[in-house]
Amino acid sequence: MVDLKQMERVGIQLVRPDGHLTETGRDVWERMPEDRKRAFYQWMVQVRLFDRRSVTLQRQGRIGTYAPMEGQEAAQVGSALALGKEDWIFPSYREHGVAMVAGMPLDRILLYWMGRVEGNRAPEGVRVLPPYVPIATQIPQAMGAAWAAKMKREPSVAVAYFGDGATSEGDFHEACNFAGVFRLPVVFFCQNNHYAISVPFSRQSAVPTVAERASAYAIRGIQVDGNDVLAVYTAMEEAVRRGKNGEGATLIEAVTYRRGAHTTADDATRYREDSEVREWTEEKDPIARYERLLMEEGLLTPDRARKWEQRCRETVEAAVKEAEAAPAPPPSHLFAHVYKDLPPELVRQRRQLTGGDETHA
Amino acid sequence: MPVISYIDAVTQALREEMERDEKVFVLGEDVGVRGGVFRATGGLIEDFGPERVLDTPLTESAIAGVSIGASVYGMRPVAEMQFADFIMPAVNQIVSEAAKMRYRSNNSWHCPMVIRAPYGGGVHGALYHSQSVEKIFAGVPGLKIVTPSTPHDVKGLLKSAVRDEDPVLFFEHKRCYRLIKGEVPEEDYTVPIGKAEVKREGTDVTVISYGLTLHFALKAAEELEKEGISVHVLDLRTLVPLDREAVLEAVARTGKALIIHEDNLTGGFGGEVASVIAEHAFFELDAPVRRLCGPDVPAMPYSPPLEKEFILNPEKVTAAIRDLAEF
Repeated sequence: MVDLKQMERVGIQLVRPDGHLTETGRDVWERMPEDRKRAFYQWMVQVRLFDRRSVTLQRQGRIGTYAPMEGQEAAQVGSALALGKEDWIFPSYREHGVAMVAGMPLDRILLYWMGRVEGNRAPEGVRVLPPYVPIATQIPQAMGAAWAAKMKREPSVAVAYFGDGATSEGDFHEACNFAGVFRLPVVFFCQNNHYAISVPFSRQSAVPTVAERASAYAIRGIQVDGNDVLAVYTAMEEAVRRGKNGEGATLIEAVTYRRGAHTTADDATRYREDSEVREWTEEKDPIARYERLLMEEGLLTPDRARKWEQRCRETVEAAVKEAEAAPAPPPSHLFAHVYKDLPPELVRQRRQLTGGDETHA
Repeated sequence: MPVISYIDAVTQALREEMERDEKVFVLGEDVGVRGGVFRATGGLIEDFGPERVLDTPLTESAIAGVSIGASVYGMRPVAEMQFADFIMPAVNQIVSEAAKMRYRSNNSWHCPMVIRAPYGGGVHGALYHSQSVEKIFAGVPGLKIVTPSTPHDVKGLLKSAVRDEDPVLFFEHKRCYRLIKGEVPEEDYTVPIGKAEVKREGTDVTVISYGLTLHFALKAAEELEKEGISVHVLDLRTLVPLDREAVLEAVARTGKALIIHEDNLTGGFGGEVASVIAEHAFFELDAPVRRLCGPDVPAMPYSPPLEKEFILNPEKVTAAIRDLAEF
């Protein structure tokens, strides 16, 4: 029998779009440390300014095709701030906000979008895998990290980040089923941004929410307002706690909106109405509502907001400088890290390419 | 030295590696309580428990994906695909992910994992329990592909595969499981991945093969010796990375090369071996390079006469060698 209580179909909201706390939101707010409240804001602004700058850099030909994430800052920052250093992150290609919060330096993220694999090098102690591009392949891999945590008796959860399109892939099903059967310390974090390139969610699923699919796997399913950073954080914190307590997996559906195109190579006006984009931009913006809340609560002033934005811009510019200053890889880097030790045939191919120059970064 | 079967060599290697390193664990369909449908993992669950001998749902893509994730976290998973035929749902994980993890992460992460799969036919397995799949992966850099033919090599190569720092596909010919027996040392030893081995010395014709057909070549060589034809037999043992030196050396011994495998002719690994010979040993050749392979039909039939027609045997191999010897 399906336990309907495992499924919470109502999207959780703690901060209303007008910036006012709900009743439960007020309780959560009162218990939240002040530095955490500030961190939500600071990271969201940092992530947004990074994102906007990246789109510009792409237009200027200074980075390659880029996947913008503006509009999804609350989902990414709120979820990532609920994780510890011991937790594993298996991201898709639109999760640079998550990666940043988890400790990936901004210049490396830019390097990645410049086409440099060096950008995927995780600093020591940062458990962030490189962005997964084939759609949903990262989800079963997160199950593997969770299974390893279980075998090692380490209190660590693995988080698979993916979009609504990924829920139509077989790997999503296989992973949910695996997590259910073995009660794995896993969080499935789905950012339902309503579109997989041009295809709307209604073409991905006849079931109206991602969250309710959880009941088919006997895992917990929660739908949250993905533009409400407080709600996302609270849902994620609970999911992480449950995972570490041996209570199994949680599927979180964060309902959000991709304000820009799928990538800089896409034109979203071909498949979305202006009015829809305007509604999400003007009425449901994740940063605007949280900014209002902070100001009302006396934790932010327009002056301090401006100063913080300025600081974020400087941080981004420093990262751009750093990334652009990175020397181009030598041609032999083409053969770096195919295997731990390069087999003789690949050594020959490398020599042929480089004319004997064996150096590689 | 004890004589054991090919499949017992698999089990021994797994058991010894699990005893040696607690990070090694086995996962797959029916590998636990059932001990594997072929019993390759027989007895392991009793000694290592259900966590380290994990019976999974029917979920090949997740079996591969879980192995990737666990290996990134420092474990040493040995996944079993129940039949090589059923590896297809996992191809995305293997080709797009396992093969590329080290490369695309700039060496931050890697996948020290093994995927074992019984392949090949001649056991009345029909269309979906008889396929050879090695050619599907042979052109995917980042993977290693091991195809042993003897119990000695099975044990030594499987141990090497478990200890390897990169993903290894370990293909076991299922007809060899109980048919092929051989001496296997009881002590710990490894056979290096990427090294072919001369299994018989000869002077007239060089046969290059792996898996079950290697044994057909050895049988044929015995027969042909009576006719005065001396056959040199090279067992590739590893397809990727290919031991090119050994191939070229073996060809140079006789000037005539016959490549034999059960996988079908077109796109089969023999084409790669033939190219290497053509590129680097052209002037050693006294005859065109020949291939004796499975026919280019979609699958091995269930019908016994048709299966017999599909599959190679010592007689077909003998005829092909004799023909080349007389060229």
